[in-house]
Amino acid sequence: MSLRSASENPAATFEPTPDATPWAVKVDNLSVTYRTAVEKKPTLKQTLIRLGRRQRIIREIKAVRDVSFEIPHGTTIGVVGVNGAGKSTLLRTMAGILPPSQGRVEIFGRVSTLLALGVGFKGELTGQENVVLGGLAAGLTREQVAAKYEAIAEFAELGDFMEMPMRTYSSGMYGRLAFSVAINMDPDILMIDEALSTGDARFREKSFDKMRELTGKARTIVLVSHGLRSIRELCDEAIWMHEGRISMRDDADTVVDAYKEFLQLKREGSDDDI
Amino acid sequence: MSAVAESPGGDEFSGEYHVYEPHKVGLPPLGSYFRALWARRQFLFELARTNLRAQHFNTTLGQLWLILNPVMLGIVYFTLVYIIRGGGRGSIFLAHLMLSLFAFRLVSTSVSRGARSVVGGGRLILNTAFPRLILPLESVLESFMRFLPTLAVYAVVHVAVGLPIRVSLLWAIPIIALITVFGAGAAMFTATSQVYFRDLTNFLPYFTRIWLYTSPILFYAEDVPDRLRPILYCNPMYPMLGSLNYAVIEGRTPPFGLLAASLAWAVGTIIAGTLFFISREREFAIRL
Ligand SMILES: Nc1ncnc2c1ncn2[C@@H]1O[C@H](COP(=O)(O)OP(=O)(O)OP(=O)(O)O)[C@@H](O)[C@H]1O
Ligand SMILES: [Mg+2]
Repeated sequence: MSLRSASENPAATFEPTPDATPWAVKVDNLSVTYRTAVEKKPTLKQTLIRLGRRQRIIREIKAVRDVSFEIPHGTTIGVVGVNGAGKSTLLRTMAGILPPSQGRVEIFGRVSTLLALGVGFKGELTGQENVVLGGLAAGLTREQVAAKYEAIAEFAELGDFMEMPMRTYSSGMYGRLAFSVAINMDPDILMIDEALSTGDARFREKSFDKMRELTGKARTIVLVSHGLRSIRELCDEAIWMHEGRISMRDDADTVVDAYKEFLQLKREGSDDDI
Repeated sequence: MSAVAESPGGDEFSGEYHVYEPHKVGLPPLGSYFRALWARRQFLFELARTNLRAQHFNTTLGQLWLILNPVMLGIVYFTLVYIIRGGGRGSIFLAHLMLSLFAFRLVSTSVSRGARSVVGGGRLILNTAFPRLILPLESVLESFMRFLPTLAVYAVVHVAVGLPIRVSLLWAIPIIALITVFGAGAAMFTATSQVYFRDLTNFLPYFTRIWLYTSPILFYAEDVPDRLRPILYCNPMYPMLGSLNYAVIEGRTPPFGLLAASLAWAVGTIIAGTLFFISREREFAIRL
């Protein structure tokens, strides 16, 4: 792979091992297009009806358009942009969940993700079962999950609720557990999408501090957030996405200032929310 | 650019280096895909275990239900045959009916649970990258776990009706393995189709019902009149249930033709099902 792609792609002159490259993430000309049928739910019945009428309504949404960037190891990078700018789509693609329509994403290191929907998959399973299943799904062994479980439960501070089905959780409790799982996976690269938003003020402070601790540990972090204060205070650099493109990349303060000006936020000074 | 990641650990799902790019031929590199699948085997077992526990599989009443349910179903169909034919067919027929019915249900539950596996995997699929083939495989594993207690039920019937215990019974092991493999392949088809046609699970019960009635379960394969034989021969359950019947009920080595047909159906279905599923699985995250 390394030799072949190096010869085919003049830009890739490095070996694809975590230690030998300066990059943690490398994105080349990435485009992601959603092709969605307009009906609410795709069904056989509707397909037959459509066949009868010989029509097929498909809408293409170009969520990410020809984006290229690199993230060096140990950098904390923020991603800002208005709703629908393509931030979550970009993060999902980098996590290997959505397929790229064009271009290429290379990841050098073990990834832990905290995406907008949080941990957990099955409401009828307990928090504990969900944590174990999530860890195994992410590729850990049973022993590795068991070793991390204590720390996860402790950080989430959910007490007995860890043994309760997750459908009994409030959305804040959901968020706490999700955050706790993501940061305790000891990843090389941590990707977080809107994570600090659901907890109460105390937990938000706590997770903010934890994030700061992680940025100090030479971890690579990609943080998508509408909380401009957390972008400013946690991130070295920031990317501003607009309509699927990167419209700016610079140090965090510069990008946040420009973005705020674009949004015409009236209040100056503090970015209040984290 | 090549879609093949050959570097050590360099596949999409494991290790330290990942490349994500459009798949040129619609399939990911199969070698690394199956390596990643193998690496997730603990996940497969844990998922099945947790799901079964959520369904009270581990409680006494839960297990009692797993036995009672197929027994009652067997009684229902036995009564049905009794009424339609206006008389009994004897105790050996009861054994045949129970055995074939339980084996058929191994396939039909794989298919129906498989259909829900991907669509029901919602959040897991949207949040985590892993070989999605785990999901239908888990349905099959779960169906198999539910099938095992029915074997005990059958064993009781087998002895009770006075069928002998012969070496040929051992043929049941590879035949049941083939039936399971066939069910897995079929589950991959329904799992994929359900993503595109959400009303598939509405039609599936009718389809399964017809399949049940056209398979040699409520009758012996020999009962089928000549003009209806072609239908029987098209049915993948015919060679499988047929061989099982030979080995267990009649106590003979199944004819080569039936065994070969069973093998062909199982291998063909699992290969086609796997390729179909894998070629589509990247779209699942967008379509859920
Ligand atoms: N599953 C989907 N199917 C079709 N289109 C989608 C899907 N998810 C997102 N989109 C579209 O892709 C575009 C980008 O969405 P995305 O979720 O990446 O935005 P975002 O930057 O994360 O927004 P937000 O700040 O609201 O989280 C939007 O136009 C959205 O409508
Ligand atoms: Mg988003």
